Amino acid sequence: MEILKAIAASPGIAIGKVFLLNAKRIKTIKKKIAPEDVPREKERFERAVCRIEDQLKQLISELPEEIKEHSNILKSHILMLRDKMVYDKSLHLIETRQVNGEWALELAMDEIKALFSSIKDSYIRERLEDIGFVVNKVKAELAGTETRLDLSSIDEPVIIVARNLSPADTLHISKEKVLGFVTELGSRTSHTAILARSLGIPAVVGLDDITSKCLSGEMIIVDGLLGQVVVEPDQEALREYSLKQEKYLAYRLEVIHNSNLPAETTDGYRIKVKANMELVEEIPIVIQHGAEGVGLFRTEFLYMTSKTLPTEDQLFSAYREVVERLKPYPVTIRTLDIGGDKLATTICCEEEINPALGLRAIRFCLHEKGLFRAQLRAILRASAFGDVRLLFPMVSGKSEMVQVKRLLGQIMDELESEGKDFNRQIKIGIMIEVPTAVLTADILAREADFFSIGTNDLIQYSLAIDRVNEAVCHLYEPLHPGVLRMIKMTVDSGHREGIEVGMCGEMAGEPLYVPILLGMGLDELSMNAMAIPKTKKIIRQSDQEECSRLVSELLGMDSATQVKERAIEFFRTHYPPDMETTDFLEFGQGIR
Amino acid sequence: MKAERKVVILNRLGLHARPASRFAQTASNFQADVWVEKDGISVDGKSILEVLTVSCPTGSEIVIRAEGPDAQEAVEKLASLVASRFGEID
Repeated sequence: MEILKAIAASPGIAIGKVFLLNAKRIKTIKKKIAPEDVPREKERFERAVCRIEDQLKQLISELPEEIKEHSNILKSHILMLRDKMVYDKSLHLIETRQVNGEWALELAMDEIKALFSSIKDSYIRERLEDIGFVVNKVKAELAGTETRLDLSSIDEPVIIVARNLSPADTLHISKEKVLGFVTELGSRTSHTAILARSLGIPAVVGLDDITSKCLSGEMIIVDGLLGQVVVEPDQEALREYSLKQEKYLAYRLEVIHNSNLPAETTDGYRIKVKANMELVEEIPIVIQHGAEGVGLFRTEFLYMTSKTLPTEDQLFSAYREVVERLKPYPVTIRTLDIGGDKLATTICCEEEINPALGLRAIRFCLHEKGLFRAQLRAILRASAFGDVRLLFPMVSGKSEMVQVKRLLGQIMDELESEGKDFNRQIKIGIMIEVPTAVLTADILAREADFFSIGTNDLIQYSLAIDRVNEAVCHLYEPLHPGVLRMIKMTVDSGHREGIEVGMCGEMAGEPLYVPILLGMGLDELSMNAMAIPKTKKIIRQSDQEECSRLVSELLGMDSATQVKERAIEFFRTHYPPDMETTDFLEFGQGIR
Repeated sequence: MKAERKVVILNRLGLHARPASRFAQTASNFQADVWVEKDGISVDGKSILEVLTVSCPTGSEIVIRAEGPDAQEAVEKLASLVASRFGEID
C-alpha cells in the first residue's frame, strides 16, 4: 500500500480498479521529403487536420445536456487547430523546410511554446496545454494511431490513471464507466479539472509518475477531497475509505435536501445564516448551500488584480450583478479592507513597519478619498437594484463613523442631483474588530444600523497575536475568556441600542462554536458557504435556553483550556459524533 | 478603408480563453484584416493564439484596428463584443 498526495481537482471518493491509459508519448517521426512530394505531404496534413476537426465537431454535437455549456472548450480547440500559428505555419514549414507534417507541427509548436512561456498570467499560460492536446491529436492522426479514448473494452466501472487527459477525453467519460481519475499533469484550473467538477467525478491531478506506480486491474482509491491517492490499499484502508465515501454521499444528499430549512432552534430561536463571498462564481454555491443572503461580500479582488484602479462604473456593474443575482436576499458589501501595500497599483504608501496596525481599511479609505468616493458611489448605485447593506471595516471609534457618514451624505446629495437612483435608507453597519470598538460599542451602536463581529482581526488585536507567526500562533485562542467577554459585550451593547449583531469571522463557521454563539444571542452568522448546511443542522438540534446557560457557565471560567474542555464536552453530549468533523469543508476552502 | 477604436477589457479574468476565442472567431467573419494592439505590440486579431499572447487583464486598454472593405463594421462589432464582456456574466 502506498499513500500519495497531489492536487484535489474534483471532490468525492472513488474506490475501484485501475484502468491505465498507456501514455506512450507519440514519437514524432521526422523525415525530410523530396521537393516533388511537397504537394502530397501538404494534402496529407490537410486531411489529418480535417479529420480531427470533424471528430471535435461530432463530439460537440454528442455532448449530453448537462455539460453542453462546456462545448466552448472544444470550439476553442477547433480555432486553435485552424490558427495560423498552427495550421498555416505547418503548411509553410512543409514547403520551405521540406519536412514531413509531423516534424513541421513540432517546429510550429516549439515556436508557440517559446511565445507562451513568457506570458505572466498563469491561467493563459496553461492554455498551452490545450494547444498541446490539439497538436498531439493531429500528430497521432498523421501517424495513423487512434487518438480517441476507447472505453468500449471496459465492462466494469474503473478509475482512469493517465499521464494527462484532454478535455475531449474527459467529455468522453461517462459516469457509468468511470468512477474517478488520476493524472500526472494538470492543475485545479486546467479544463480537465473544471470538467471533472461539473461531471461530479472525483479526481486528483498533478500526481508525478503515477502511471508507473500502478497496473491495470489493481485496486486504487481516489480521495478528491484531500487530493490523496491510495495505491493497492489494504483491508483497513478500504474499510476506512468506504466509510468516508458513505459519509460524503450522505453529506451531499443532506446539502441538497436540508440546506434550505430555516435555521431555528428547538425552542424557536431564529438566527440568520448567511455566506461570505468574494467572487461572482461563488453565487451558485452560495444559493445551493442555503444561505439567506451574503453577510460579507469582500470587495478587494477588483483592486488587487488590475494595474489601474477600478472605475466607479466597473465597480458598479460588478456589485449590481451580485445584488441582482442574489435578489431577494440581502447583500452586505464591505468597503475596501486592505492598505496601499496590497493594491496592484501604487497610489501612495510609505513602507510600513507594521501594516496590520497601519494605514489600512477605513483609515486608508478616509485618507484616499477619491478611491473611497468611487467605491461608495458604486455601492449606493447598486442599492437601487436589491437589498444592499454597507459595512465599514476596522472602525476604532465614533470619529471615523462621523467622517464616513458626512462623506456618505455628500455623495447621496451628489447622486440625487445627478438623477441617479439609490436607496437613501441603506443600512449602515460597523465591523467590530478593534478592541476599542468593543469597549465603545454602546456609543457606536447609535451611529449604525447593525454590527458585524470580525473575529479573525478581533482575536489578533486583542490577544496581540500574529497568527502567521509560528512562535506565537498557539496563543491564538478564540475561546479565550477575554474574547468571549468581548463578543458578549458587543452583542449586549448592540441589543440595548436596538440594533442587530452578527458575526462574519471564521469562528462563525466552526461547528464547536455554534452553541456558544447561539447562547450569546447573536442575530446572524455569516460563513464560508460550504459550512452552512452543517451549521444549520447544529442550530436545528440546539436549544437556545440551554446554550445561553452554557455561555453563562463559560463566562465564569478563567482559562481558554477550561472553556474549550467544557465546550467540547457540551458538543459531545448534545450532538451526534459525526458532526464534529469538518473534513468536507477543506475542499471548498481551496475554491476561494 | 481603415478603422480603429480604443476599448477597455471588462471581463474579470481579462481576455482569457473563452473571450479570446470569441474575439478571433468574430474577427474571422470579416474580410478586413484585424489587429489588436496593446502597449505598442500589435497582433493578428483573427488568431486565437496571438490574441491570447497579448495577455490583457481586466481593465487593460486595447486598440482594435481593421483594414479592408468592411473595416468599419468589423471594428464596431468587435468593440461591442468587448463592451458586452463577450456575453459572459463573470
